[in-house]
Amino acid sequence: MALFKNGVEMDDAWRSLPDGEAAPASGHVIFPFDWWLEERGAFEGSNVPLGIRIEPGTDLNNIAADIKRFSVIALAFPKYGDGRAFSLARLLRERYGYKGELRAVGEVLSDQIQLMQRCGFDAFEVTDAITAKALRAGRIPGVTHFYQPSERTETPVGVRPWTRVSKA
Amino acid sequence: MYRYDEFDAAFVADRVAQFSDQVKRRLEGELTEDQFRPHRLMNGVYLQLHAYMLRIAVPYGTLSARQMRKLAFIAREFDKGYGHFTTRQNLQFNWPALKDIPAVLTHLAEVEMHAIQTSGNCIRNVTADHFAGAAADEIEDPRPYAEILRQWSSIHPEFTFLPRKFKLALTGAPADRAAIQVHDIGYQLTKNASGETGFIVYVGGGQGRTPMIAHKIKDFLPVGDLVAYTQAIVRVYNLDGRRDNKYKARIKILVHEMGLEKFMDAVEAEFAAMNKQELKLPQAEVERIQAYFAPPALPSKSVRSEALEARRATDKKFASFVENNVSPHKAPGHGVLTISLKAIGAIPGDASAEQMEAVADLAEKYAHDEIRVSHEQNLVLPHVALDDLPAIYDELVKHKLATANIGLISDIICCPGLDYCSLATARSIPVAQRISEHFGEGARAAEIGAMKIKISGCINACGHHHVGHIGILGLERKGVETYQITLGGSGDETCSLGDITGPGFSEHDIVGAIETIVDTYVAQRRGAGEDFLTAYRRLGMAPFKKALYERDKGADI
Amino acid sequence: MPQIVSANRLTDGIVVFLGQGDQWVENFRSAALLADKPALEAGLARAQDAVRANIVVEVAPMDVAETPHGLEPKHIRDRIRAEGPTVRLDHGKQAAHGA
Ligand code: SF4
Repeated sequence: MALFKNGVEMDDAWRSLPDGEAAPASGHVIFPFDWWLEERGAFEGSNVPLGIRIEPGTDLNNIAADIKRFSVIALAFPKYGDGRAFSLARLLRERYGYKGELRAVGEVLSDQIQLMQRCGFDAFEVTDAITAKALRAGRIPGVTHFYQPSERTETPVGVRPWTRVSKA
Repeated sequence: MYRYDEFDAAFVADRVAQFSDQVKRRLEGELTEDQFRPHRLMNGVYLQLHAYMLRIAVPYGTLSARQMRKLAFIAREFDKGYGHFTTRQNLQFNWPALKDIPAVLTHLAEVEMHAIQTSGNCIRNVTADHFAGAAADEIEDPRPYAEILRQWSSIHPEFTFLPRKFKLALTGAPADRAAIQVHDIGYQLTKNASGETGFIVYVGGGQGRTPMIAHKIKDFLPVGDLVAYTQAIVRVYNLDGRRDNKYKARIKILVHEMGLEKFMDAVEAEFAAMNKQELKLPQAEVERIQAYFAPPALPSKSVRSEALEARRATDKKFASFVENNVSPHKAPGHGVLTISLKAIGAIPGDASAEQMEAVADLAEKYAHDEIRVSHEQNLVLPHVALDDLPAIYDELVKHKLATANIGLISDIICCPGLDYCSLATARSIPVAQRISEHFGEGARAAEIGAMKIKISGCINACGHHHVGHIGILGLERKGVETYQITLGGSGDETCSLGDITGPGFSEHDIVGAIETIVDTYVAQRRGAGEDFLTAYRRLGMAPFKKALYERDKGADI
Repeated sequence: MPQIVSANRLTDGIVVFLGQGDQWVENFRSAALLADKPALEAGLARAQDAVRANIVVEVAPMDVAETPHGLEPKHIRDRIRAEGPTVRLDHGKQAAHGA
């Protein structure tokens, strides 16, 4: 497994916390969603860096109040064809104002990465060897002209406020 | 019609480069078939029974002569000299080699065409009334809005991996020629009490295994909110639509299972919470796009064309052609001409390269360079002067394109079926051919009157059988093709789904069964003014069922 | 029932059949006839090698019957794949071998 953030491969400072295990005082663990719901009381008022993993199908309203306290939110792609995390990412960024690391985990393939970036992901946990190779080479397949606003900073082109942007 | 600017051209060029790279990586073995499949599907490339198939988008069915010629060129150079116009207003080539497809896409890009999102679980090619901009009954041309939606949905980062495909259709007239009530979202242009333009919004229609008629979820959506509202609907669908079973994954099932009220609440809540400003359509932008679709400057003419009347008086075939294939135009002395791709006994929707070129020539010479593809698998010249019809007709005759059967029993919608399609359970084309030959285009067809027969080769219903006045669905029973009949379907503004007559018919018996249905109708109708659909809605299934199944009692079949 | 192994060639999608050794042939009449289960399994394994080598995709066994005119696919779908569209006799394999 390799972690890429903002285009750079790096060591993962975070560990997935198994269900039922207590979080260390130093934090830097990614909670499974349900386990967080049980444990959240213990972290009232604490600012230990924590993460959470969200599976598609999750109602974000259940953790609405907690979202901004996380440093990492991992959104799962159980299969690359399951596109729910694209919408969840946008909701986290737009609706819940989440500014921390948004990490794509699961089946993360090179041809989806540009779409993920445009939906607000900035970190990618990659298991597919070819995808890892492409990212190491700085090669993210994609296009340079877009017809929608996105979560990235892109350059507006022409007159339309809602469309026509190109790669920053 | 819409013309690409530099941005659009750069976008398509980008996409061609991207897909060409994917094809290269596939051919070199860097991508497995499983990894490649979604990419090729997103670019309209299927693997069918005999070869790859390439589906090319014809946005809202509008083509120029130059584009049509390019399609003919591709048919000749990269395929076997013909193409198939589909019920999605697209064009399919049946034999392209994967290694050639990047070249084909490059050729298409030269004429502002592509195959983006003609397949896959994304927002598909947006369709619209094929008479848009010309029909006498139109409130406003829906194509500028279709174009806006086309652009917005192109490689949409959030909506490229939906639970299932997603189809949008628009109409600008109260008479629905775009079958909007059997689409995932249907938009109908309307005016409110203060004269502003907006949309009536339908959601959750669809055909396939579980056909459903759409629900109206909004009586008036201001034009400026079109994109934002569409995003709200698609986002609710993307998050909540089923992904466990592909036959239950369309938005119609979500609406059905959630219940209409709850679904509407969810859409409204999303719409209320989203940043609408970002997606608002400024009026100036709407007008900028509308300018592309400005109607051609048609010379003013008197309503009656002497040239047409003179020919009509002496040429029965021409008279019948005008009667069946020409519809009223907004402008006096003009007509909307439908060119039938349903010559008697031919393959519905197929056109040879030579026929495509003939239509391109006619469009240039007589029809302000505009061609439409209808979801009924015909071609349309939307703006022709009635005075020119004799000359156009003579040219069409030369290319076997003058069949005078629009809206009649031989104007059959038919999917490719088991002759080409890997999902098919039975052949559909031979059934269409035999019905067409059986009834022909003569007096018998005229006597029967308005009749829409629609044939699908499997439950996916690409041939729209659920909304055929007579629908035929090809199935397989114990290794043998069998055909189930439905009656009383309609895809227009009176949308209804057909009722199944009962047990299916063999390949051998299907034409006889259609004959029985037609005979029963003709015998029981209240005069020739009562068309089949009206008669069926009055009579119900009983007399047809009786005729179909008692006829066979004791018969040796 | 005897079987043959069909697939589509990666580069152009044309239907091909497993012949002798690791050959793929366009005419089903030249396909290797796999008379029993072990033979079929061996054939499918060879076909999977060709999938991994990116030569073919969509491997599928095809039931065939031995008739007085030679091998015939049992099912209509397979017949159409092996010969071509029944509505365009000028295209597909049938165009070449005049079936
Ligand atoms: S209805 Fe079935 S057979 Fe016909 S084109 Fe669609 S998927 Fe193929």
